[in-house]
Amino acid sequence: MIGYAWLVPVFPLVAYVVLLAAGRKVQEGFAAALGTLAAAASFILSLSIWIALLQGGPQPPYLWPWLTFGPEPSQTWYVGFEVNALNAVMLVVVSFISTLVLLFSRGYMRGDPRFGVFYQYLLLFVFSMLGLVLSPNLLQLYIFWELVGLCSYLLVGFWYFKPEAAAAAKKAFVVTRLGDLGLLAGMILLYLATGTFDYEGIFQAVQTGALRIERPDPAVLTTVAALLIFLGAVGKSAQFPLHVWLPDAMEGPTPVSALIHAATMVAAGVYLVARTFPLFAASPAALEVVAYIGGTTAILGAAIGLTQRDIKRVIAYSTISQLGYMMMALGVAAYSAAVFHLFTHAFFKALLFLAAGSVIHAVETQDLFRMGGLWKRMPITAWTFLFGALALSGIPPFAGFWSKDEILAATLESGHGFLFFLGMAAAFFTAFYIFRVFFLVFAGRYRGERVPRENGWVMTLPLAILAIMALVAGFFNSPVGDYAMARFLGEVPGTREAGTGAGTMVLSTLVGLAGAGLAWLMYGKGTLSPERWSLALSPLYRLSYHKFYLDELYRAVIVRPFAALARGFDWADRVIVDGLVDLAGEGTRAVASGLRRLQTGQVQTYGLIALLGLAALIFVSLSLLGGVRL
Amino acid sequence: MAPVGSFLALAAVLFCIGLYGALTKRNIIIVLLSVELMLNAANLNLAAFARMGIAPGIAGQIFGLFSMTVAAAEVAVGLAILIALYRNRNSTDVRDMDLMKW
Repeated sequence: MIGYAWLVPVFPLVAYVVLLAAGRKVQEGFAAALGTLAAAASFILSLSIWIALLQGGPQPPYLWPWLTFGPEPSQTWYVGFEVNALNAVMLVVVSFISTLVLLFSRGYMRGDPRFGVFYQYLLLFVFSMLGLVLSPNLLQLYIFWELVGLCSYLLVGFWYFKPEAAAAAKKAFVVTRLGDLGLLAGMILLYLATGTFDYEGIFQAVQTGALRIERPDPAVLTTVAALLIFLGAVGKSAQFPLHVWLPDAMEGPTPVSALIHAATMVAAGVYLVARTFPLFAASPAALEVVAYIGGTTAILGAAIGLTQRDIKRVIAYSTISQLGYMMMALGVAAYSAAVFHLFTHAFFKALLFLAAGSVIHAVETQDLFRMGGLWKRMPITAWTFLFGALALSGIPPFAGFWSKDEILAATLESGHGFLFFLGMAAAFFTAFYIFRVFFLVFAGRYRGERVPRENGWVMTLPLAILAIMALVAGFFNSPVGDYAMARFLGEVPGTREAGTGAGTMVLSTLVGLAGAGLAWLMYGKGTLSPERWSLALSPLYRLSYHKFYLDELYRAVIVRPFAALARGFDWADRVIVDGLVDLAGEGTRAVASGLRRLQTGQVQTYGLIALLGLAALIFVSLSLLGGVRL
Repeated sequence: MAPVGSFLALAAVLFCIGLYGALTKRNIIIVLLSVELMLNAANLNLAAFARMGIAPGIAGQIFGLFSMTVAAAEVAVGLAILIALYRNRNSTDVRDMDLMKW
């Protein structure tokens, strides 16, 4: 069974090629059915692979030599695929969410003139993401890593005629490229140091300290390599300070946000760190960096999410914050807790995005303050959104409770008191902002113009399925489920057993309830006036509303100087380089237009000149060369 | 018998007259005649060397005959071209025949 794992990405690829060949005029129903079926086939296969793995245990990777350029083992590069506990989980999550999102898009994108193209891009993304997960070495991972980046670019800019969407796509691409540069450098460094791109080979070399580079010493080298790899993850997983692209990426269609910018691609960074965890485990300094970046991202994202007016942006900042949790968990070596949170987060965040998409589709605005009172009008969307919100806030027994709780407990256990505090504060903010959204959208009176109606089954069915998952996904790794996932993931060297402390459980539940309760008082019941509070906390409010002015800071510190530099190069290229080239051309032309006047067409003139030339030749040969010798 | 130098001098004079005519005359027929003059100067040289050169023989004279035959053919073609030119451009002035420029 596991030997057929390569088929998982092939289904969406085939569907992509078929749709590509079918072109733009393809029937909406055909494109949607084909895409959904291809993803569903991938899902079923992934599920059976998972079961096969449960029964048969891990298998060695399947490898084929790709490039051979020398006799040494390091001079052959391989491609192939591998299935292990970690990527079996990822395969199931990715293919499951993809299937639902492809189904949902049938309703959301109905009537779009580029409907078929949208499905093409989505299928290409699903293929790339599954390929990324199956990659047995860093080199192949990097190829798919860039492919998912490309798909993200294409899909964020899907409505490219909107200037904001085009700018957001560009921003997403450029910012993540900064991280990709780190990943590429880290990969090359590891190849030079260990002579292989294979994960296991790298881990062995790093753990035994048998590196080919003498200086700096192995510990420093390992830290540098781990940090460079982490930089790639920072870019892809929207960690501080490279998180700025993700909120802007919300300009893309909402199914894209649910699939790429909540559940799968942004989790690729977390996956990368988890997959190369032994490398990080070999460097305590790198782990500390990961933990603190993660903690900072968690609190920063949550703090910004408190005040945003755009429903999708709130959820985007929530994603940033939750990804921060995962990184923090990896940083404190709580490997299974991080993967578990990735797993549960994929379901409830995709759910929240799709529910938001359902709302946006019905009211045709993204402004929270023009919604309201949708509880009665869109009951299925409302209930499923509530499930997602409860899971995100960490209210038991929903999925987010178990996974977030494990992360917080592990953070405390590892002795990172400050990070634990940050995590708790972020949990409070999280509960507040998501219930702020909930009450603004579903409670009170409707403040918009268009009459909202519940969407059809293609949109509500995925919501319902995801809502069930948001409820039950947490049990896989809870005391109730006997930590099945942690046992499935198995022993990874250097990781910490994640336990759930009863104290943390109670505390985080209380914090979550407090956040939700505060949101209810402000936006549900209306006892506390949000306006008065925001005025009272005006500096903090403005700091949060303007996203800590990070975009402005980056614009002033990075974008402006680089743009100025680029303009300088542009000028030099245009004026100096092009000028020299033009000068060569123009000079030749000027000389030629002077010389052509000599061509008079008068045969007698030519004859005379030839005669003079002959005379000159004779004169020269006689006087200077001393005559012609026969 | 006159020395070879006088034959060569005569040929040189003939050649120079022909060259001068070919380069200066305006009438295209005179130019053609001048070219014939230069050709015959060369023929005279051939005949002179055939009789009084380093290795006397019959080859030079035969070559001269060939040359005159070819010249006759060439004049026939040349005159045909001149007539065609005259019909087209209504002129026999060499200065008007200046299409092959720039």
